[in-house]
Amino acid sequence: MALKHATPMLDELEKGPWPSFVTDIKRMAARKPMCEDLLGLLEMSYEHKEGHWKHGGIVGVFGYGGGVIGRYCDRPDLFPNVAHFHTMRVNQPASKFYSTEALRKLCDIWEEHGSGLTNMHGSTGDCILLGTTTDQLEPIFYRLTHELGMDLGGSGSNMRTPEGCVGRARCEWSCLDTQDIIYDITIKYQDELHRPMFPYKFKFKASGCPNDCVAAIARADCSIIGTWRDKIRIDQEAVRAYVGGELVPNGGSHGFEKRKLDIQKEVIDLCPTRCMEWDGKNLKIWDEDCTRCMHCINVMPRALRPGTDVGATILCGAKAPILEGAQLSSVIIPFMKMEPPYEEFHEFVEKMWDWWMENGKNRERLGELIQRLGLREFLKAVEVQPDPRMINTPRFNPYIFYDPADVPGGWERDAKAYRERHHA
Amino acid sequence: MSEEAKAKILEYMKTQKKTKLYFNDLCKAVPELKMREAKKVLNELVEEGKVKYWSSGSTTLYMLPGEDDVAAEEEKMK
Ligand code: HEM
Ligand code: HEM
Ligand code: SF4
Ligand code: SF4
Repeated sequence: MALKHATPMLDELEKGPWPSFVTDIKRMAARKPMCEDLLGLLEMSYEHKEGHWKHGGIVGVFGYGGGVIGRYCDRPDLFPNVAHFHTMRVNQPASKFYSTEALRKLCDIWEEHGSGLTNMHGSTGDCILLGTTTDQLEPIFYRLTHELGMDLGGSGSNMRTPEGCVGRARCEWSCLDTQDIIYDITIKYQDELHRPMFPYKFKFKASGCPNDCVAAIARADCSIIGTWRDKIRIDQEAVRAYVGGELVPNGGSHGFEKRKLDIQKEVIDLCPTRCMEWDGKNLKIWDEDCTRCMHCINVMPRALRPGTDVGATILCGAKAPILEGAQLSSVIIPFMKMEPPYEEFHEFVEKMWDWWMENGKNRERLGELIQRLGLREFLKAVEVQPDPRMINTPRFNPYIFYDPADVPGGWERDAKAYRERHHA
Repeated sequence: MSEEAKAKILEYMKTQKKTKLYFNDLCKAVPELKMREAKKVLNELVEEGKVKYWSSGSTTLYMLPGEDDVAAEEEKMK
């Protein structure tokens, strides 16, 4: 089919063995003039080595401050069909379980009212509908809510659509009901999700175990990661079967051929805390030293399983910005049972938000605020006792949590005067 | 009480040089309110159509409706 605009540079991206977004957009361009102009605009951006989108606007659906991201093209004279090209974020079902019927319906609605292009899913977790015009926003929202029972997700300075791993629905390692937790946060904090009030974005992500399949520790301002307090369950018979070559290690993820597992080299020596021992017959784990890294369980899933006294570790402060300053979450609550109705968790969340709202600068993420004012200030605000598990190597820095108010007699210290005598 | 707070916020917005304001800045108009309370008041203003959201996609600001309304904003972009 002859398209309106020549796209020699984009065409290059269709060559080679990989699926190509250019091919996908061209296929849609046969039906949608919007997609034709999108290709033309992109080709022009490649030529100019410069983006041609303008960011932001006051578009949205009534009463919601998030869920629609206004995008306008800066050359509507050349590409009138993408003069408006707004993105809609649709709150994905927990753990992304859809019926095919719901997916078809969603695509039908989008083809009728938008470009037909989707991004399943965005890094926020939402189902991303790419490209529509201002007049279509309310009709789409009406159909999503009335025909599909689906809602818009978060964008801007609000709580973003929470996201969880597949959890107990499909994964035997899950220590949490991630779907229930995500649903609870979504419903409990509807106002925070739809009506922006924070200094900046705020993300919750929940993983059922420390494998952390949604990368909560790297991306969420508040990460909820499943863990256990008791011992790793060991089936010694199955351990011997791995060593004897009767079972395929790593659940087959590194090849399905049967081979003898070198348990010393592949498990014991790789345990980060060296808390395991193999005497040729039995595996011994000193669970009090285990950091729940999941390595041994991942290698021998038939032999080892997480314990049964399960709950979550709550961590705060991650961010994964595009340009610089990526930061991982820090442990704030080493263990919380995390059972409905999640009151303990809600109380923690609300204290955390109050502190961030009162103290955060505009566009300052929670993790940045903790860095600026200190972990101790944050812990005071959320009423959590300092704990060695909150720092990477507590023995190297055992002093950071001492507060004169907590030490009998206290002390006075003039840090400035000290620094005049002792330069850092 | 809420009406009084609403009036203060609107008055504050009118007197600012910037047309788009952060939530934090708007709270300065009603220092006697907790931020979560101030937020409820703002929500009501939005529902009444007296205040509008502006969003870059990553950050959200508040503005008064009027000359910068959607139609006008889009008109200016042409
Ligand atoms: C029989 C006498 C002593 C023994 C057996 C002993 C043993 C130890 C050990 C095993 C550690 C390492 C602890 C660890 O980080 O795991 C240690 C640390 C230390 N000891 Fe001793 N010690 C003795 C006497 C003293 C005395 C008399 C002083 C000071 C006057 C002292 C000052 C310290 C200090 C400052 C540390 C470092 C603490 C830290 O890094 O947190 N020790 N000692
Ligand atoms: C010329 C004199 C000294 C030098 C150059 C020196 C140097 C050092 C250095 C480089 C460290 C390691 C710091 C770190 O891990 O960041 C250290 C630790 C330590 N020094 Fe000294 N030191 C001196 C004298 C002393 C004296 C006189 C004492 C005690 C009476 C002392 C007690 C300690 C203790 C207890 C530690 C361990 C601190 C900790 O574990 O956090 N040092 N010293
Ligand atoms: S994070 Fe853990 S529980 Fe969740 S899907 Fe991954 S391995 Fe399973
Ligand atoms: S989970 Fe990790 S730390 Fe714990 S015993 Fe296994 S390998 Fe060691």
